[in-house]
Amino acid sequence: MSDFNDFSSASVSEKAEASELQRMIAVEQQKAQFQAQVHNFTDVCWEKCVDKPSSKLDSRTEGCLVSCVERFIDTTLTITNRFTQMVQKGAH
Amino acid sequence: MDSFGSDFSSGAAGSGKMDSGTIMEQVKVQIAVANAQELLQRMTDKCFKKCVGKPGGSLDNSEQKCIAMCMDRYMDAWNTVSRAYNSRLQRERARI
Repeated sequence: MSDFNDFSSASVSEKAEASELQRMIAVEQQKAQFQAQVHNFTDVCWEKCVDKPSSKLDSRTEGCLVSCVERFIDTTLTITNRFTQMVQKGAH
Repeated sequence: MDSFGSDFSSGAAGSGKMDSGTIMEQVKVQIAVANAQELLQRMTDKCFKKCVGKPGGSLDNSEQKCIAMCMDRYMDAWNTVSRAYNSRLQRERARI
């Protein structure tokens, strides 16, 4: 993969192909990051929302999972914002 | 699982370079494999906790049934979470 950064002997079309490849790989990496987050959320929200595994996911559990994801993201934003303020004020 | 990363023979013609298509295929496969492994690891953890009480000499019938149901529910939960997260991301992007 380090070859893709050594452009010295590559032709114009080879450079274009390498750039396109890097872009496509970045897209796949973004998808992988999304899935990694889904794994984390599912882990946390399963604990909060699922009591006994049954023959299907009832609507109450589904609702709980959706709310859990939303509130977890809200919590992350709240913490990030407040922590930023704390740091700016000089506290640690 | 090792073969997913090391079979370069099909794309490497005389130049020794692989074509983009082959590289992208392998990248996608490796990511998919890693994703499946993560899913299985977490699912095993959750379902062992929910279904297996005091560990005995083997998994009894009720434990086996519980594990099967738990797997299905975990994957349902994963899909629900995936949709919810995707919705939230789209909503956030629409605000920018």
